[in-house]
Amino acid sequence: MNKLIVSSSPHIRTNNDTPRIMLDVIIALIPALIAGTIIYGIRSLLVVFTCVLTSVVSEFLFNLATKREQSVFDFTAIITGLILGLSLHANAPVWQCVIGSAFAIIVVKCLFGGLGANFANPAATARVFLLVCFSSTLAGGANPVDLKAGATPLEQLANGEKLPDLMDMLLGNRGGSIGEACIIALVIGFAYLVFRRVIHFETPLIMVATVFLLTLIVTGDVNTALYHVLGGGLVFGAVFMATDYVTTPITRTGKMIFAFGCGLITFLIRMYGNYPEGVSFAILLMNILSPYIESWTKPKAFGKRGSK
Amino acid sequence: MFRIGNLKLPHKKHTADMKDARISTPNTVVLPMSQYIGAPALPIVKVGQQVCVGTKVAEADGKVSAAIHSPVSGIVKKIGDFLLANGKSCQAITIESDGKMTLDPGITPPVVNSAEDLCQAIRESGLVGLGGAGFPTANKLENAINKKIDMIIVNGAECEPYITIDNRTMIDGAEYVARGVKLIEKFIPGPQQIVIAIEENKPDAIAKLTALLKDDPKVRIEVLPSIYPQGAEKILIYNLTGRVVPEGKLPSDVGCVMFNVTSVAFMAHYLETGIPFVWKTVTVDGSAVKSPKNVTAPIGTSLRDILTFADADFNNLGKVLYGGPMMGIAAYNLDDPIYKNTSAVIALNKADSLPKTQYPCIHCGKCIQNCPVGLNPTAFVKAMNISDKNDRAAMLEKASVLSCIDCGCCSYVCPSRRPLVENNKLAKADLRKTLASKNN
Repeated sequence: MNKLIVSSSPHIRTNNDTPRIMLDVIIALIPALIAGTIIYGIRSLLVVFTCVLTSVVSEFLFNLATKREQSVFDFTAIITGLILGLSLHANAPVWQCVIGSAFAIIVVKCLFGGLGANFANPAATARVFLLVCFSSTLAGGANPVDLKAGATPLEQLANGEKLPDLMDMLLGNRGGSIGEACIIALVIGFAYLVFRRVIHFETPLIMVATVFLLTLIVTGDVNTALYHVLGGGLVFGAVFMATDYVTTPITRTGKMIFAFGCGLITFLIRMYGNYPEGVSFAILLMNILSPYIESWTKPKAFGKRGSK
Repeated sequence: MFRIGNLKLPHKKHTADMKDARISTPNTVVLPMSQYIGAPALPIVKVGQQVCVGTKVAEADGKVSAAIHSPVSGIVKKIGDFLLANGKSCQAITIESDGKMTLDPGITPPVVNSAEDLCQAIRESGLVGLGGAGFPTANKLENAINKKIDMIIVNGAECEPYITIDNRTMIDGAEYVARGVKLIEKFIPGPQQIVIAIEENKPDAIAKLTALLKDDPKVRIEVLPSIYPQGAEKILIYNLTGRVVPEGKLPSDVGCVMFNVTSVAFMAHYLETGIPFVWKTVTVDGSAVKSPKNVTAPIGTSLRDILTFADADFNNLGKVLYGGPMMGIAAYNLDDPIYKNTSAVIALNKADSLPKTQYPCIHCGKCIQNCPVGLNPTAFVKAMNISDKNDRAAMLEKASVLSCIDCGCCSYVCPSRRPLVENNKLAKADLRKTLASKNN
């Protein structure tokens, strides 16, 4: 006899599965990759490609060694590699890219249980790790054209040097990391993610607005506040790191609080800390607070709300 | 306008324009004693006894229960144990049809002169709520009479994919719906308004009922957006009135009583003919059904007979569902019968039935954003990992698991295809068990 299949309801599922969402994130990162390659040259591709390849291979080998189900086909390792590569500058040494990506995947992601179980953003953590270990080669950013290590606009701002004009800041014609420079490319990626309903528009907006407003209040200068928004990795981090599902609070209100916290800490580090940049540190610190934010923002069950 | 729910599902209402087709009389019918919420009915016939269409074969046991009548004429073959598709067991009466469909000579239209008469008559008819859960209709009528009610809602939302029987009732049986509404108006004078709620994807039904009832000042037809789960009782009450039915309470506690539109039409039909609730129209559709249709069949007809009638592909059959794809229960045996509250028989082919690849939870929060009753399904997953049953129960209670309405939205939207609804159901059963053992 023909056996029937039984299972719990529902019997239909959305087609928008996890690999599809991850593919959307990859698509959203492509404009930044193209812009970075145009601005900083073909070596950008080498950096990003090294990070992606190392990430995927690390995850593959880790799963093999620990006899886990192979998970490289969910595309998440590619994203970690892409985001890490794009957050480095174009003349980052290849061996450092390899160490950073392997650290992101093996230590930050896989050792905590793989996709969904890590508490810190792998790319942000690896970036901080590289920054601390190899500050002589990785701090600052590469200059466009000649790729010589040079000051980023935020360092120039801190040192009172001459700044690129705001139009160049928007287009990305300035020193910095591969993916962070061209704001227009990042906005395209942001719009795509919002359109595809992968992220909520408010998370990046709140983070960026917090930095802008706090800087404006403290310095009283719109221009400085604008440089703080357009310079450094703020927009890149806000769109691609602060919106990571796994390491941010699960509730929408929680995500808003998270975004505000990221903005606040970025501002504090930039204004009063030793680093001209603060985005990765801010995201990492807020990752640690995520479980607490989540427990403060539990949804209230319908039957326990009062009548309106 | 209040609004809960934002899930847009594929409607797949292929049978929306199809009048129901009558199935030929099946050789046997199986009547489980538990076809609704409440105590199982008690058999009052013996094996070998001759029965007719409409002969009562089991009577209601206690207050919340419903009588069961024979849908065919013939001989009682067997009374034995039966395992329902939902995993519970009860007794079932098997009746072999003689093919004549002789009506029980004792059937006469009931005489109804008061609200109490109406309750009594509907109790005798064996009618249960046809929206899904199958709460005995007589109990709802009692609530409508005895409690302070200011609004009666007639639910014609029908938000599950595929199903179109309520839509057809509102078109082909519009007269009966209107007469049913007038009955309620006449015998339950308390409520100031009667609202008929219909989703906007049923324009024919809206037009037909509007034409029939537009002159009645007490009746209002409310057109609602086609979103899931619009037709769920508590959600519909909120979206119409803004009233919140508290956890563990009934709609009558906030001044509302809701009837399914097909139940209302049946009430009018019953008062006219006196024929008890023995026939049911179900939508037969799904990827394994070659000619989808609305089928009217005796309650107790086997799924096999019904699927044969709609030309199902038996070689490529994966799942057969009682009800729609969001909340329906998967049948384990094609020889099982349709129940009183079966709204559809959905047959899916093998490709559509096999489980899809699962991934780990990525904390995307889509389950929370799409939960119509504001729950966090991932909290129940965490709670169910606690080994101590009292700690587990405490956490489940704190997370309001009993508010869950099994609508299926969380599992539907989950990109990692976690079995969230399955876990919710387990969690509810687990909490109820722990609470019950505490109370004893």
